[in-house]
Amino acid sequence: MGYTLEGSTGTWEIVCGLEVHAQVISKSKLFSGASAEYGAEPNTQVSFVDAAFPGMLPVINRECVAQAVRTGLGLDAKINLWSRFDRKNYFYADLPQGYQISQFAHPIVGEGVVEVTLSDGSTKQIGVTRLHLEQDAGKSLHDQDPTKSFIDLNRSGVALMEIVSEPDIRSPEEAGAYLTKLRQILRYLGTCDGNMDEGSMRADVNVSVRKAGEDFRTRCEIKNVNSIRFVMQAVEAEAKRQIALWEDGGEVVQETRLFDPSRNETRSMRSKEDAHDYRYFPDPDLLPLVLEPDWVESLKAKLPELPDAKTARFVADYGLSAYDARVLVMEQATADFYETLARGRDAKLAANWMMGDFFAALNRTGRSIDDSPVSAANLGALIDLISDNTINGRIAKEVFEAMVETGEAPGAIVEKKGLRQVTDTGAIDTAVDAVLAANADKVAQYKAGAEKLFGFFVGQVMKAMAGKGNPALVNEALKRKLS
Amino acid sequence: MMFELSLAEARDALRARKISSRELTTAYVGAIEQLNPEINAYITPTPDQALAQANAADTALASGDQGALTGIPLAIKDLFCTKGVRTTAGSKILGPFIPPYESTVTSNLLRDGAVFLGKANLDEFAMGSSNMTSAYGAVTNPWTRRGDNRPLVPGGSSGGSAAAVAARMALGATATDTGGSIRQPAAFCGIVGIKPTYGRCSRWGVVAFASSLDQAGPVARTVEDCAILLGSMSGFDPKDSTSANQPVPDFAAACKRGVKGLRIGVPREYRMDGMAPEIEALWQQGLAWLKDAGAEIVDVSLPHTKYGLATYYIVAPAEASSNLARYDGVRFGARSDGHDLTELYENTRADGFGAEVKRRIMIGTYVLSAGYYDAYYLRAQKVRALILKDFTDVFRDVDALLTPATPTAAFGQGEKMDDPVTMYLNDVFTVPVNMAGLPGLALPTGLDASGLPLGLQVIGRPFDEETVFAVSAALERAAGFSAVPTLRAGA
Repeated sequence: MGYTLEGSTGTWEIVCGLEVHAQVISKSKLFSGASAEYGAEPNTQVSFVDAAFPGMLPVINRECVAQAVRTGLGLDAKINLWSRFDRKNYFYADLPQGYQISQFAHPIVGEGVVEVTLSDGSTKQIGVTRLHLEQDAGKSLHDQDPTKSFIDLNRSGVALMEIVSEPDIRSPEEAGAYLTKLRQILRYLGTCDGNMDEGSMRADVNVSVRKAGEDFRTRCEIKNVNSIRFVMQAVEAEAKRQIALWEDGGEVVQETRLFDPSRNETRSMRSKEDAHDYRYFPDPDLLPLVLEPDWVESLKAKLPELPDAKTARFVADYGLSAYDARVLVMEQATADFYETLARGRDAKLAANWMMGDFFAALNRTGRSIDDSPVSAANLGALIDLISDNTINGRIAKEVFEAMVETGEAPGAIVEKKGLRQVTDTGAIDTAVDAVLAANADKVAQYKAGAEKLFGFFVGQVMKAMAGKGNPALVNEALKRKLS
Repeated sequence: MMFELSLAEARDALRARKISSRELTTAYVGAIEQLNPEINAYITPTPDQALAQANAADTALASGDQGALTGIPLAIKDLFCTKGVRTTAGSKILGPFIPPYESTVTSNLLRDGAVFLGKANLDEFAMGSSNMTSAYGAVTNPWTRRGDNRPLVPGGSSGGSAAAVAARMALGATATDTGGSIRQPAAFCGIVGIKPTYGRCSRWGVVAFASSLDQAGPVARTVEDCAILLGSMSGFDPKDSTSANQPVPDFAAACKRGVKGLRIGVPREYRMDGMAPEIEALWQQGLAWLKDAGAEIVDVSLPHTKYGLATYYIVAPAEASSNLARYDGVRFGARSDGHDLTELYENTRADGFGAEVKRRIMIGTYVLSAGYYDAYYLRAQKVRALILKDFTDVFRDVDALLTPATPTAAFGQGEKMDDPVTMYLNDVFTVPVNMAGLPGLALPTGLDASGLPLGLQVIGRPFDEETVFAVSAALERAAGFSAVPTLRAGA
């Protein structure tokens, strides 16, 4: 058995499913022509449709539908060629229509799957139940005025994909891995930017607990958790709360809860009795959404290579370990950078450079790969300088630091600083002779069998040559003269 | 003389420069001033706008740059949003609402040169069959019973439009029909009204009642006038997803086709128990006229007719309960403040909506709620499909159907108000046509014993308004209906 929690009455298993709301990347909203861009001044991107003025009607945005289909294809899911929009009715100040247009009974995408890799290297399939399109609501701002709430309708009507998983998740780690993988796929597809800070991806977390072999017990839903770390914490906190409740002789009641990260606990928001009756019914303003199989095929043909396929290809084509391949594939931009770097070069050396000095430099400077101070071309040129023996590995690190600082090409730095590697055997012999002469005692010890002193001699020679000696030639000269 | 012209005749006179739009419009503006205090057909007359549009029309006519309706003064049902002109939907809750946009249908009419006399009264949110539910007062039918001056209802919900046209306070008017709201008031006011096929006229900018049933159409004094108006009002609109991408035929030309060789169906289920003998006689007379004109009369069956009203009164309120959720006092219209959001909603909607609207919101909310949805809404949708199938089946065999338009002539203001269900029975002949999305036209063909107009209804295949117009025009010619209402301009 995998991850479990110990209670006073025994061992408990977590059962968790996630509903992820992913904002669709599109120029305009799901049913209106208003801009869907994030961050504009409040109420500047609102059409009369978004504000639900009398007589206004929704018209479906073809690109949003394409994005949902691409996502479905990326999740290996069934694309429903016939789907329908329903109205979900409830009153709130940031819901101008008094209903949200969603897909309740007939979603555009059916069952799919997401494969996650866990920290022990094992993989697990998490089922996707469905994906449907729906409108986002506006935003209520309650902290702008002591007595009034302000409403910003810029987000009202922006397209969301709600992606519902099966209750296949069994640990906080799996929840985190599922979200990470889902976000990665969405970003690869270009269908959602996955930016949880800006709320363009949010998760509702369903949690229950059970003992081994039991059926599902009552679940609670934790609404609107806005980071992967918080989702993982919320799963654990909620599971522990439920275990304590069951073990106390109590009963978990189905309800909606909120996660408070500062206290690492969930709190009741509303009980099942207070739950809305949404009175779903087919939206009579919209016809059923019928997709042409050819159109779906054409979208499929243009899908980018997705992370799993890319990882497999990196292992096969570049001889990378599965772990290294996964790290390099994490972001599309990283993978592209790597492929530019590895093309026509030593692929493993390229991977080592990226995952070592390059990532460290990005971390240190707080830059992303898109605004990296070192371009793939320049890093490649650096590797080329190593491969053609212009510089050695140690000097290369020095050159790389200069590249991070100045953004200059490595060749220019090598020339300017005079870092070109010494391959002149005469010069190397001279340096070796000087070092051996100055360390006659150690030479004697070496010859008496202290072979580990060889490294010392190498170090001394390199030091004498300001690090620029060709390591192979230095080794060769030392071996020759010490034998 | 001005008021004797039909819309087609006025159009010809304008083009021949025998009259000017200014003269015509001034006459109609005068008629509104004279009669509106009594009839209350208009909520918001717009005489200044009308005269300005008339002047522009005269300029266009002078340069030969006229459209299909240049210079023709019309009433606009106050359910169509009109840019810069208050649009109330007959409700207090939209009392202060001035739309910043023009509905597609009224845009089309303006494009063709029409002059707008003002916004016509209606039942609140188009919910009613008597115009008694308007927050802006009842409309009085221009007709009265012989020897009886008590005011009668003009029908509803397009009662203001129908009364305005009947009383010569407009040459024609826009109207809408969800369950009979064009045809029943047309029949009550002795004029012609057509509800075209669902999807023929754009719903964009029309305040929604029940989206799957609402359809705009014209009312006018002749079949041809309706054909001319419908030609301008219709057309595909990409802003309405339910708008049909169908060519707009020459409806007026279809009026001249005749009925020779057409098969006219008589649905036996429309012969109701207790139906007035004069309605039955009117119906038989209509069939006889069509037979004389060369049509073949065929008995047909629409077995699910009896479920029409019950189904309608589930589907329409269900959609309305959701459509009217947007009237919450937050962004536009009237607001009644409260201490918190819920109270704001409650106060705004309690003050803003009238009793009939509240009743339908509650019925609609009920039939959609958990545990009742399957028994009501879902079942109603299944029955609706059966009603449509009834029509589809008979239209394999016949070209059009002829039925009475209403079970009775106009009734008195205040009558039938005690029991909403009695009121709902007015729509028994018209509702199935909406359920099936078909075109239906009502025209006057006779008077009842007290001198009130009675109408027949012609129902056609989807998007076959041309046959409906051909049959209706033949009936109109045969009936030679020339009776006029008591209250009318130029009398």
